[in-house]
Amino acid sequence: MITWVVASLRNGWRQLTSMRTALVLLFLLAVAAIPGSLLPQKDVNIEDVRAYVRAHPTAGPILERLWAFEVFASPWFSAIYLLLFTSLVGCIVPRLAEHWRALRAVPPKAPARLDRLPMHAPGERRDGAPAQVAAELRAALRARRWRAVARAEDGGAWAVSAEKGYLKETGNLLFHSALIAVLLGVAAGSWYGWHGNRLLVAGADRGFCNAVQQFDEYGVGPRVGPAALPGFCLTLTEFRAEYRETGQPESFRATVRVERDGPARTESFSVNDPLRLDGANVYLFGHGYAPVLRYTDRYGRTQTVVAPFLTVDETMTGEGAAKFPDANVDPATGRRDPSLQVGFEGLFLPTAPGQPPFVRSAFPEPRDPAVLLRAYRGNLGEDAGIPTSVYRIDQRQVEAGRLKEVGEPKLLRPGDTWTLDDGSRVQFVGTERWITLSVRHDPGQRFVLAGVVVLLAGLMMSLAGRRRRVFFRVTPAPAGPSPTDGSSVVGAGGLPRSDYPGFAEEFTRVVAETRGAAPAAPAGETGTFVGAGRID
Amino acid sequence: MAELSDQLLVVAILAYLAAMVCHAAEYAFGTRSHIGRAATRPARELVTVGGSDVGASGPPQAPAESTVAGPAGGRLRWVGWAAVGSTVVGVGAHLGALVGRGLAAERMPWGNMYEFILSVTFVGVVAWLVVLFRRPDVRHLGLFVALVLIMLLGAAGMVTYTEVGPLVPALDSYWFVIHVASVVVASGIFLLAFVPAVLYLARTGYDEGRRSFPYTLGRRVPAADVLERLTFRLHAFAFPIWTFGALIAGPIWAEAAWGRYWGWDPKEVWAFISWVVYAGYLHARATPSVRRSTATWIAVFGWATMLMNLFGVNLFFEGLHSYAGVED
Ligand code: HEM
Repeated sequence: MITWVVASLRNGWRQLTSMRTALVLLFLLAVAAIPGSLLPQKDVNIEDVRAYVRAHPTAGPILERLWAFEVFASPWFSAIYLLLFTSLVGCIVPRLAEHWRALRAVPPKAPARLDRLPMHAPGERRDGAPAQVAAELRAALRARRWRAVARAEDGGAWAVSAEKGYLKETGNLLFHSALIAVLLGVAAGSWYGWHGNRLLVAGADRGFCNAVQQFDEYGVGPRVGPAALPGFCLTLTEFRAEYRETGQPESFRATVRVERDGPARTESFSVNDPLRLDGANVYLFGHGYAPVLRYTDRYGRTQTVVAPFLTVDETMTGEGAAKFPDANVDPATGRRDPSLQVGFEGLFLPTAPGQPPFVRSAFPEPRDPAVLLRAYRGNLGEDAGIPTSVYRIDQRQVEAGRLKEVGEPKLLRPGDTWTLDDGSRVQFVGTERWITLSVRHDPGQRFVLAGVVVLLAGLMMSLAGRRRRVFFRVTPAPAGPSPTDGSSVVGAGGLPRSDYPGFAEEFTRVVAETRGAAPAAPAGETGTFVGAGRID
Repeated sequence: MAELSDQLLVVAILAYLAAMVCHAAEYAFGTRSHIGRAATRPARELVTVGGSDVGASGPPQAPAESTVAGPAGGRLRWVGWAAVGSTVVGVGAHLGALVGRGLAAERMPWGNMYEFILSVTFVGVVAWLVVLFRRPDVRHLGLFVALVLIMLLGAAGMVTYTEVGPLVPALDSYWFVIHVASVVVASGIFLLAFVPAVLYLARTGYDEGRRSFPYTLGRRVPAADVLERLTFRLHAFAFPIWTFGALIAGPIWAEAAWGRYWGWDPKEVWAFISWVVYAGYLHARATPSVRRSTATWIAVFGWATMLMNLFGVNLFFEGLHSYAGVED
């Protein structure tokens, strides 16, 4: 029983670590990746996933359960690559050992009949006894960076075996080992890496500090401790965008003040040129405008809001809302009336078109900014504790009649004031810029990069390398007076151990050079075959 | 400049068409050329020595049965060389079309899918001329090379044509140039490598006695082992370039532009799939127990995944790579 178990385990392991199994697993890996491009993925865009599930009420939840929206984190995808890498380890460890041995071993004995090898050069006379000729051949081969050994054979003959091209196997092993290093680097990144995204409005009093609470959205690896995020604070001091006359963007650049134990520094960064801080990188993802709205309520109390409007198109039209939940508090009683809250929703147009409809900006730069606002009064629905979007007025409140639109939508230019029916006023004061940025740290990154560089180097060595052997047999020349002096006959054979179309030429050259004879094949006549059965 | 580029592209397509017609004439009416004869020679006997020391590298293969380009295989030989001449004219016009695009846009001519395909096919045809220069005896493949070129260029012109425009800022980086240049070169060589791969399959089918349509294509193409080796050499050349472009330069650029070196957006998924499939091909070819025709099927499949990445992903999926999208 136990022997049976051991035998089948062994057999299974042998199966798993075979090159064929690796091939099947590679194929499965490719196939398993396909749904990751066909279906929306949570990591890429969670909104797309939600929309997809909404649009496919039956298939959606089933796919969800099958991890189809997070293919690359799914158990089945992981199973495939873990099996593949197990196979890989099982494959390369013995090969590493074997190659280590091969690197220090001498080339094998010459085969009995050199004329049976793919390449063969017939015997030629040469001065000197076999032992001496063999030693010279060996030295000549070594000088050409062949690994060579000379062995005495029966009957006074000597044989020289030489091998070259060990780099091929070295490269192949490097390549396969680097694959493992890359996987470990990726794993390290997901365990110890973190990121956070947020929107940052320009202005000295609107900075943010690097802590998960201050991000709009974040992801933290399972091994990241609470103190792992480096403490620094950023304030956006300037944002510049340049556009062509056609409205095509040409460049973006954000300038920030960085505060981190010590005096504040000014740094600038842009798309493709992140801000690299110690332990974190800051990337510029997007930008937009935030209209500054000042609301004066019916009691004359003034509040100002800088409301980032989300960019919706290439001409930088913005959509957003400004809410005043604390408006209209009666100064006499100090009572806050939840049905007298005020909110505005609308569009920001950096360059308002010449005439209506005012639904889309004409140019991305603020050449003629305007906001188109709808005013609402009533209960904004924020007191219930349910999170609401800061970029929209809650339409459920409007449908339920708890929030009412006041008047007609109105277009305001900077400085314009709109007086509502109850005498309260809203003023479009001006515009600020905002950026969205991502703060990230991936400690595995440099290992992955080093891994792929080694991988590529190994791959090229492996693909370009050629393992080959040449053998020489030195026999005493029949007419010689005695085996110790006089002359010998030198025959040669060659064996390419990997695909190597140019071996014929190399063999001819090596034989000619080391045997000390004139080159057999005139230069330029490439591809001539000096093989078994032709030259004999 | 942009119009000139469009006209030059038409010239290029017409020249490739002429090349294809000439190749077809030579192919259809030519006698069995030296290429065909080479194939009928008996295969060299393989000899393995050293007993157990033939390690993981598989049985050694005899080096190529290189045929020396001999005298004409028929009077139609000049037609074959006319085909090559047309191809050269086509390459000139093709290059002009690319340079014109680049000058009109004041940047490298690979800012959108249309230009990308133009560049890939250009690399493919240049690689073809290099192969032809080094091995004139594979000239018969020209028919199929021209066919593939015309189909891709036609598809590029009809499906993906884009007006000249500047790059969005996210693409304005030298790593982007390195990334796209290497991906273009690798794709062009994979494109060329697809041709002998398919013909090898046709040829082996034909040699096994199959006489139905796709196999009949194998009748006059070079010998199976010549095709197989060419297939391998081209793939082995392109694969490290692809590795560099898609797995090193691309991620380096993505890290700077998007904050992560790899994010599984559809284009990255398909680049990964192509890499795995081509790795599978090289791996399979080195596996002794896998037949060469099976391995070559994997290579053909690899090109299908490349096409998916070229056309399918750009047209059907929404991702960060979609060139049409503007950063906002
Ligand atoms: C992680 C997935 C793997 C990938 C992407 C991969 C890729 C490759 C590639 C591209 C080659 C050809 C280039 C070269 O010779 O270096 C190759 C060859 C090879 N692989 Fe893999 N491989 C993988 C896993 C494995 C496994 C699991 C084994 C062992 C069972 C293995 C054993 C070999 C061997 C022996 C060669 C042949 C070397 C030669 O003689 O040319 N590989 N592999």
